[in-house]
Amino acid sequence: MPTNTYVDHAPGYVDNEGPKIVTSRFGYEDSYTLERSLATGGYEGLRTALTKAPADVAAEVKDAVLLGRGGAGFPAGIKWGFMPPVWPRYLVVNGDESEPGTYKDRLLMERDPHQLIEGCIIACYALGLNTCFLYVRGEMADAQERIGTALNEAYEAGLVGKNIMGTDVSIDVVLHWGAGAYIVGEETALIESLEGNRGMPRLKPPFFPAAKGLYHKPTIVNNVETLANLPWILSNGAQAYKEHGSEASPGTRMLAISGHVNRPGVYEVPQGVVSFRELFYGDNYCQGIKDGNELKAFIPGGASAPWFFDDQLDVLLEAKDAGAAGSMLGSGAVVVMDETTDAVKACLRVVRFFARESCGKCTPCREGTSWEEKVLQRILDGYGREEDIDLLLDIGKNISPGEYPVAAFGKANLEAVPFPPKQTTICPLGPSSVAPITSAIRRFRHEFEAKIAAGPQNDGHSQAPEASTV
Amino acid sequence: MTTAEPTEAVTGVPFTLNGTELVAEEGELLIDACDRNGVHIPRFCYHNRMKPVGMCRMCLVEVDTGRGKALQPSCMLPVTPEMKVETESEATKKAQDGVLELLLANHPLDCPVCDKGGECPLQDNAYAFGPGETRFVEEKRHFKKPIPISDLVKLDRERCILCDRCTRFASDVAGDPLIHFIDRGSQTQVNTFPDHPFSSYFSGNTVQICPVGALTAEPYRFKARPWDLEAVESTATVDSTGARVVLQSSQNEIVRVLGVDSDAVNWSWLSDKERFSYEATAKGDRIEQPLVKNEETGMLEATRWNNAAKKVGAALRVEPDRIAAVGGARMPLEGQYAWAKLLKGVVGTDHVDAQLDDGLPGPLVLGLPRATINDACKPGGVVVTIGADLKEELPTLFLRLRHAVVEDGVKLIELTSTATHLSDFATVRFDVTPGSVGQFATAIAKQAGADLDFDVADESGLVEAQADKVAAAAALLDGSVPVTIIVGRGNLAESPRFTSDAVGIFRRLNDDFQFMPALRRGNINGALEMGLVPGFTPGGVQRESAQLDTWPDVPDFDGMDTKEIFRAAAEGRIDTLLLLAANPLQDFLDEDLVRRALANVKTVIAVDGISTETTDLADVVLPAALFGEVDGTFVNLEGRLSPLRAKVTPPSQARPDWMIPAELAIVLGVELGFTTIDELHSELSEVLPSFADIDWDTLGSSDDGPVLKLNRSWNIEFGKPAAAPPATSAFRLVATRKLWDQGTMVQESPSLASLPSEAAIHLNPDDIERHGFVGDSVTVRIGDQTHTIPLTSDVRVNPTTASIPVCLPGFDARTLITGRSTTAVEIRPNGTT
Ligand SMILES: Cc1cc2nc3c(=O)[nH]c(=O)nc-3n(C[C@H](O)[C@H](O)[C@H](O)COP(=O)(O)O)c2cc1C
Ligand code: SF4
Ligand code: SF4
Ligand code: FES
Repeated sequence: MPTNTYVDHAPGYVDNEGPKIVTSRFGYEDSYTLERSLATGGYEGLRTALTKAPADVAAEVKDAVLLGRGGAGFPAGIKWGFMPPVWPRYLVVNGDESEPGTYKDRLLMERDPHQLIEGCIIACYALGLNTCFLYVRGEMADAQERIGTALNEAYEAGLVGKNIMGTDVSIDVVLHWGAGAYIVGEETALIESLEGNRGMPRLKPPFFPAAKGLYHKPTIVNNVETLANLPWILSNGAQAYKEHGSEASPGTRMLAISGHVNRPGVYEVPQGVVSFRELFYGDNYCQGIKDGNELKAFIPGGASAPWFFDDQLDVLLEAKDAGAAGSMLGSGAVVVMDETTDAVKACLRVVRFFARESCGKCTPCREGTSWEEKVLQRILDGYGREEDIDLLLDIGKNISPGEYPVAAFGKANLEAVPFPPKQTTICPLGPSSVAPITSAIRRFRHEFEAKIAAGPQNDGHSQAPEASTV
Repeated sequence: MTTAEPTEAVTGVPFTLNGTELVAEEGELLIDACDRNGVHIPRFCYHNRMKPVGMCRMCLVEVDTGRGKALQPSCMLPVTPEMKVETESEATKKAQDGVLELLLANHPLDCPVCDKGGECPLQDNAYAFGPGETRFVEEKRHFKKPIPISDLVKLDRERCILCDRCTRFASDVAGDPLIHFIDRGSQTQVNTFPDHPFSSYFSGNTVQICPVGALTAEPYRFKARPWDLEAVESTATVDSTGARVVLQSSQNEIVRVLGVDSDAVNWSWLSDKERFSYEATAKGDRIEQPLVKNEETGMLEATRWNNAAKKVGAALRVEPDRIAAVGGARMPLEGQYAWAKLLKGVVGTDHVDAQLDDGLPGPLVLGLPRATINDACKPGGVVVTIGADLKEELPTLFLRLRHAVVEDGVKLIELTSTATHLSDFATVRFDVTPGSVGQFATAIAKQAGADLDFDVADESGLVEAQADKVAAAAALLDGSVPVTIIVGRGNLAESPRFTSDAVGIFRRLNDDFQFMPALRRGNINGALEMGLVPGFTPGGVQRESAQLDTWPDVPDFDGMDTKEIFRAAAEGRIDTLLLLAANPLQDFLDEDLVRRALANVKTVIAVDGISTETTDLADVVLPAALFGEVDGTFVNLEGRLSPLRAKVTPPSQARPDWMIPAELAIVLGVELGFTTIDELHSELSEVLPSFADIDWDTLGSSDDGPVLKLNRSWNIEFGKPAAAPPATSAFRLVATRKLWDQGTMVQESPSLASLPSEAAIHLNPDDIERHGFVGDSVTVRIGDQTHTIPLTSDVRVNPTTASIPVCLPGFDARTLITGRSTTAVEIRPNGTT
């Protein structure tokens, strides 16, 4: 039996009080086995689904208002309705989770792979298709192993494959391991990668996956967590599901909270009813900022999200509210920064990620992100020039024209610019690099100025702009 | 070159461009609609002959489709009704400025030493749209300066702006996905796979479409600056596709050839042979003066034109029946007509053949209804290919056909001697063995309902075994959609008879089927049209019906073809043999026969521009001007006329082809009737109905060139196809041709000379296993001779056939060809006999 190595080096799941829709088996040592799954109601949702017409299953999901958990938060039931009546058609499961701070899909795949497989089969059945591709991020060795083993078990048990549960429904699940690139989390890049090409996003339009996806056939791409909700919804009904969370955002979300809090980890949290304040300070959640420090800023939805500050602590975990407040709930990763954080450094950290992960397809992102990184590095090294701050903002405008979303800053009487940003790029990765820059400069401009004024610190690796070659 | 002139849209999609209401075509991309209306949107990645990718973002414009203004890439956006487009708005300008600034951020400022400087879209756009000054003070991205990605192309990754044009071309257009993006972020670069150079027949196109100086071609690197170049439009003559080109020269030397976007022909693409073999004219071993053999020393010595002409005149004053001429496909139409008139109309011989027994029967080619390339490639149609892999023989036609089949859904039926580079996309592909193509045609035609009073001869059961394919092909040829049959010579070790038979069957199946002769040699279609073929006079008129008022005479006997000419010459029945830019020692299948012929002829007269092993053996050598040195006309495989233009002067005493027979006529005491090319054109228009309406003056400026209307007054009779003789050994030979070979134009071009690979015998891997061939060579027995030949395993080769290219370095495959209707070879593991 594989051993759980991840718990030793990373905070895992925190078993707190609250509804357990997708983490109900996480407490068991053998949660990933078929035996445990079947003993705890596993595949019952599928059994129920198979007694209904596919359209009724889809209607149930639509009724449950199951919001996508991959980032954009689009209702799965409505997305499913976009498929034209064309076959073959495919379901693609997005298990490429790589947004910095996000590691909830990994836990779902490692700890309860059968729940995901069951969700996939339910979705395939509802969509009237028989091939599902499950794409797992390249670096997630444990998840790959657990899913592989689980899938074999499920095939043997007749839960996947030909004549599922003795019905005339046959559905195959094809596993695919990525090669390690953040951008293939973007659904059209993922599709390219599945087709055997270099993972680079396609343009929308015309390549909206629901109409023209994998092999240019209608394709639904759903996130792991989105699909993991399906067994529960089918077992318990949309009505029961909507009793959790808020009206606009029923059910729960898995949030991965990292950074300067006392109890980081992944929590299953009811959507739409809990505020960030409760999340950070509540006993049921993170139990306060580390060392009793002051909160400086937090990223509410993965590295791509504009930053929130103390002004936004009372925003609820509701997509609409977060969007209006100038950011997004995104991938469910919350990164908390306390007063000890260097805003410039933090900003560089995030920008560097996007610069390195840019797929290189479009000019603004490929060239803009690395330029941003270089300027930030220079400022940090003490070789910044006064004009660099505005330069950074302007490079940002080349990637994301117009006003970039930012949170309100009460003391300075600055209002929020609502999400999402505009883009000159093909996909949102490029604009994501602008988020930390706009957020950090708006709120902590003085820190940038201070670094520029202080000049070079003798740290050995600084580079003066004069040394550049033009 | 196609230029953007506003043209009326056919069916309309109304839209607003900068406040003006306009109409776009259905499905038209915004960038094209703007071009058509005279509004140029800057671009780097978009290329009108490739699928748009929307990568560079230079073409962003502000578009309002009813949901508010947004920046959209105009190269990806089809115009939709009521779309409002702003190409001059502040948001558009800011976006375009921004993209340019970012593109320039990492771009090296080595324009002064860059080949592209002066004709660089990045430079041009930077002046027209850019911010003017850079705010980028960081260290620029560095890569090793140019790395060779093939023998012909170098890549400077620092200059590359990652527009995906070259990579898209390689994978989507050429089907040679050998260059790719690797790495990511700002380290993204174009590169090859390790150990897999970008050795594509089409690599030069990537250099032409690269919007910066990242890709450079070995033959042109550092040769000239764009502003020093003079240019003229012409036509590529290395094969019969007739791709349209621009010749560029500097200091009276051609330094570059570019493809022209001719909608009818080559869509701006060229093969590397069409693009780079101009080198042969400047760098080849040119014949610069008339040469006459010194009777005593046996050496060729330079002489004056009239001296040489007198010698030739004397040799032409023998019985017409004892005079023969071979070749002429390399010449412009004007030279071909002048030679035809001299030989057939003045001298009176009909032993004249432009083909070297390596093509198809002249009457067949002349008598078939012709398709244009656009006819063949029209979506919805069916194309049947009989013969060779077009990628090897007519590469630019191959690109057009590939696009038609892969992108536009044209259905392909292959009856080729080996699988081709299109087989993967063929709807039906037959395993044809030598001699069986007529039987396949019969089976298909019968199934499709042709009224044929004979049966399929199928002793070996080969046709029967492919009955499903026969049914599938018959269904495609039921007459409901247009059909084009592209017919060439796929196997030099097989009589062309089988191919003509197959063509005949298809002709009988349906009158409406159109044909395209896939003959390889440059202006071969002009040569046939001008009567350089036994039995015909110009205009495809049979000798006995010739009505040529301006001709003194026409031959009174039916002449021999090249093979018969060489036989007769070897037997001493020919006194004077003219070789019109022909190198039979290299190109004729029976080299020994040619040697005997040359030895037994009294006077061998070679007219050529480059000295070859054949000209070395001539008694008189007359120097001819070559491609790029003379004005003239080309007839491509569609029958399309296009101009050949002089850009540089011929070396020393070399003359345009048409002047040579005109001068010889004077020696013979007659006048050919034209002393200028214009007079020659007038005569052509006067005596040949198909040329009556040709406007010679606008030939060069009209976009695609007129297609000759063929109106044959005679019919070919097609009967029962010949059956292949029974197999006498396990393998039948398929002798093919490769693009890179030992031919003069390749060998005399320094950049191309080393590209041919060594000859090897290609066998299907199953056959290799079945016969237990091990190691890298086999023993081949033919008659009482044995040869050890390198072996290559090749899935493209049909089972029970052995394929070998001729005219390559190493083993001379001609020695295997017997001249029988098919050639059987015995192959044994190496070391056994
Ligand atoms: C740069 C980028 C990275 C993304 N990464 C992921 C990811 O790792 N996992 C994921 O599920 N969705 C990711 N997405 C969102 C997907 O494109 C897609 O919207 C999602 O998988 C849809 O599933 P859902 O509707 O179930 O949320 C990413 C999007 C972008 C633009
Ligand atoms: S925005 Fe960045 S990641 Fe997205 S397509 Fe463009 S280069 Fe690739
Ligand atoms: S080498 Fe030239 S054509 Fe190829 S991607 Fe770079 S800029 Fe474009
Ligand atoms: S030309 Fe449109 S994005 Fe490059």
